[in-house]
Amino acid sequence: MKKALVIGFTMLVSMLFASLAMAAEPAGGAASGLGSFFSYAVLAAGIAIGIAAFGTGLGQGLAVKSSVEGIARNPEASGKITVTMLIGLAMIESLAIYALVVALIILYAYPMTKPIAAALGFKI
Amino acid sequence: MEHPILFLDVILSKFNLHIPPQVTYSWFIMVLLVGLGVLASRRITLVPAGAQNVFELIVGGLEDFMVEITGEEGRAFFPYIATVFIYIAVCNLIGLLPGFLSPTSNINTTLSLALCTFVYTHYLGIKYHGVKYIKHFLGPIPALAPLFFPIEVIGHFARVLSLTLRLFGNIMGEDLVLAILLFLAGTFLAPLPMMFLAVFTSVVQAFVFTLLSMMYFAGSMEHAH
Repeated sequence: MKKALVIGFTMLVSMLFASLAMAAEPAGGAASGLGSFFSYAVLAAGIAIGIAAFGTGLGQGLAVKSSVEGIARNPEASGKITVTMLIGLAMIESLAIYALVVALIILYAYPMTKPIAAALGFKI
Repeated sequence: MEHPILFLDVILSKFNLHIPPQVTYSWFIMVLLVGLGVLASRRITLVPAGAQNVFELIVGGLEDFMVEITGEEGRAFFPYIATVFIYIAVCNLIGLLPGFLSPTSNINTTLSLALCTFVYTHYLGIKYHGVKYIKHFLGPIPALAPLFFPIEVIGHFARVLSLTLRLFGNIMGEDLVLAILLFLAGTFLAPLPMMFLAVFTSVVQAFVFTLLSMMYFAGSMEHAH
């Protein structure tokens, strides 16, 4: 079962990169070498927030799980447990927010444009 | 994305003044909160009623909660904590009204709030411990002090960064989501469910900022005080 999962995941990732390489090249080559930089940047932003959401989902799910179990054991303490749970959720959420900020920087402030353009020989 | 239409921007542009909207809305909220405070405290009675009741609820509840975390000495900095909580909560919520902007959706506002907390933390540490405040940064074992000191300093700067980015990211993200939903499906009232969530997260983020400030203050005051 585990072996099948590993093999399947590897296939998926390699197909993703292969399709990327084949899709980005013609568009990039036709317009300018910078085109593929921007398409990779957009892809990076999308994957960044996806992975952040995945991790946050797991983390917050565990937090809620433990707090619900605590309330089930001791319904009188539900006020304190709920407050602590909300605080913990906000802390975990902030990690996803950091990833969102990085993704937005990549998309809207495109910081590496000048150095990469210079390296590729363009003038901006 | 189009530029949002903001009331104070439109009013000020008639006078040819171009002040950034987060600044003007901060002033607006300050005037609003001071005005509400003055109105609520005009006739203080022993048994509260009306506006005095609401404010006593908020301020009293916050004070009790704070003393639980920081202990009795915490009452000295309660005004700062209460101000930060109420100010950030109102700042976050006001962005949900059409034509208004949340000042906290701009990183300048949140950075300035985090820097206030940072400065106050160290001021409290120096006030309560004097020069011995440096022992907070040296770690438990004196022999490892050169290793601990940079880690602690970086940790303290990371606090400023995390406070800033958490508040900024949450509120800007929420404003962005509302703007995009409005652009995509405004006629079907698509932003409405997100607005309910936004009310909740606005208050929670204000509360988390306040709670973290309280814990930093408590941390800098303790240690064999």
